[in-house]
Amino acid sequence: MRIALFITCFNDTMYPDTGKAVVTVLERLGHTVEFPLAQTCCGQMHFNTGYRPEAMPLVKGFAEAFANYDAIVTPSASCAGMVRESHPLLAEQLGDTGLRRQVAEVAPRVHEFTEFLVDVLGVTDVGAYFPHRVTYHPTCHSLRGLRLGDKPQRLLREVHGIDLVELPAADSCCGFGGTFALKNAETSTAMLGDKMRNVVATGADVLCAADNSCLMHIGGGLSRLRTGVGTLHLAEILARTEGADQ
Amino acid sequence: MSPDNVVWLGSPGFPEAARTALADPQLRRNLRKATTTIRDKRLAATAELDDWEQLREAGAALKRRTLRHLDTHLLRLEDSVTRAGGVVHWAADAAEANRIVTELVRATGESEVVKVKSMATQEIGLNEALAEAGIRAYETDLAELIVQLGADRPSHILVPAIHRNRAEIREIFVRRMAEWGRPAPEGLTDEPRALAEAARLHLREKFLRARVAVSGANFAIAETGTVGVVESEGNGRMCLTLPETLITVMGIEKVLPQWQDLEVFLQLLPRSSTGERMNPYTSTWRGVTPGDGPQAFHLVLLDNGRTATLADTVGRQALGCIRCSACLNVCPVYERTGGHAYGYVYPGPIGAILTPQLVGVEHADTLPFASTLCGACYDACPVKINIPEVLTHLRAKAVEAKRAGRRTPTAEALAMKAATSVLTSPRRFAAAQKAAALGGHLIARRGVIGPLPGPLHGWTDARDTPAPPRESFRGWWQRTHPQPPQGDQ
Repeated sequence: MRIALFITCFNDTMYPDTGKAVVTVLERLGHTVEFPLAQTCCGQMHFNTGYRPEAMPLVKGFAEAFANYDAIVTPSASCAGMVRESHPLLAEQLGDTGLRRQVAEVAPRVHEFTEFLVDVLGVTDVGAYFPHRVTYHPTCHSLRGLRLGDKPQRLLREVHGIDLVELPAADSCCGFGGTFALKNAETSTAMLGDKMRNVVATGADVLCAADNSCLMHIGGGLSRLRTGVGTLHLAEILARTEGADQ
Repeated sequence: MSPDNVVWLGSPGFPEAARTALADPQLRRNLRKATTTIRDKRLAATAELDDWEQLREAGAALKRRTLRHLDTHLLRLEDSVTRAGGVVHWAADAAEANRIVTELVRATGESEVVKVKSMATQEIGLNEALAEAGIRAYETDLAELIVQLGADRPSHILVPAIHRNRAEIREIFVRRMAEWGRPAPEGLTDEPRALAEAARLHLREKFLRARVAVSGANFAIAETGTVGVVESEGNGRMCLTLPETLITVMGIEKVLPQWQDLEVFLQLLPRSSTGERMNPYTSTWRGVTPGDGPQAFHLVLLDNGRTATLADTVGRQALGCIRCSACLNVCPVYERTGGHAYGYVYPGPIGAILTPQLVGVEHADTLPFASTLCGACYDACPVKINIPEVLTHLRAKAVEAKRAGRRTPTAEALAMKAATSVLTSPRRFAAAQKAAALGGHLIARRGVIGPLPGPLHGWTDARDTPAPPRESFRGWWQRTHPQPPQGDQ
């Protein structure tokens, strides 16, 4: 199986460690990961902000960059959802026959990281060790977009040494929403406040999620209030092993 | 918040309008308490049914099919209503509907009407139009009464006074009831029972005096000409049965082909809206019956943007809405901002997709953006309206409308275009990453970017941002996985 990593433009620039963690876990499980350098961005920001024509070159670029892989793995539920749901829609609406065909072939091969581990590779114990109190926030795109269900939690529960605690009102949105956080900054901040209160109430050292964008938003708030709660992408927890640097 | 014109749109946009609620801790507590309670009730009520998902699918399919042949069903409804002794009127817009209702009331010689809670009449601003014609309209739904007495606007489809707590309601009753009829009893407390009794006494006088009633409709059956209203208090039923003339204003999308279709909606609606297995009062009527109930019945079929909405194959889903407000109660944005921020009679997620379509997206261009696309509304909707899908569809339309209406592109459009240009070339993207890392480190303190002036302040006011790392992922990959150089794409 030829596996490609789709890092996402945001992770590539802001959270390279998440990509490294995905590579570490997949290699530990005996797979080789390729990174097509032609990749850039899935166009989610353009699409969600209403700039469909501007998203089209990115849709095309994605289909070309990942044309030759059996599986495309990405540590972002929202970008996986964008490619799987919205690329076909955009290709149908604005693309030519060739692009529609390309997208139809590539889009279904995109897997969110936890989904790939559990559904495709059939593993929940990836040999991780993380002796900390962790709470998990299911981001909206992982919960209601991709319907990941409890796959992320099943992976976390197998992590050795972990103290996994439930997050109150876990399924309510953190208020990020991409450009929503800028366009409706006050509402976003109000939602963030409630999410932070719930995170702090768990007494967790680390807040974990399957999307770094939501984590940057919640983590940014937690940092501003000096709560001492850190954030980590789920892949980075799964990449930790006994004796490795914390 | 002046009540003189119910149809208020455009200015201020959602982000600004939301500030009032966000800055009011009492209001936010009221909203949170009410939405949480009703949300939990709905979950319990829907979980009871093994076939809930099939019911949702049936409701969605019925609405889809009906909307596809709306013209046929409406003509059939007109025929059935007429044969049962009612009179059907067609209104293309709010002004025409108001004119029709005003003339009908005038013809009775009355100068006051009692009203059954109705979204359609709010949508057209009927009370205000009647007031201009010297006709006083009395709201009889308890929550609508509170809103009317408080010179306020409804904040929720089902619970219009959701933003008020009982202390505020007592205050409104004591201060304003006398202006509208029977004053509040002496020594009124804020006990729910006492407040309900005060409303009961106040309203009873109106029920017994009124000779004309105005209602909306939850549905109308094309096959039989039956019109129906579901409610919790029974006040609607008083209006539907006691007066001599009944005028119903109904959006054209409320028609259902046959009587049997009610089976689905009378299960979906109460469980989704109030979390009840069945609503306490379901009133149906068909034309007129000599010697029993209203002796004159008028049905005003309201278009007001619906035909235009129907023409949009993605957006038309919004017309399937049965006004249960489940989407409001699960919406994290609505929970913080309340209904007034949505600038029109339809608040919450359904308002964010219905309003721009009814009034034209250029007049409500902040509404499709008043959502994080979290998807909770889609999951809750009993007729499976894909609200996030319609939101992004309308966002594209809002951007197009702005593009068409301006000679120079907006700053946002320029930024999006620049982003595409950077992101279509891995080489330019890598260069931009390096620039971001450098720029980030220049403004960061101990690796963290704090509050910033300018367009990003909304973000940085409340959040620290990590400075971009010096090495991007692709930089690391290329360093650790040497391979033959690839050409720029």
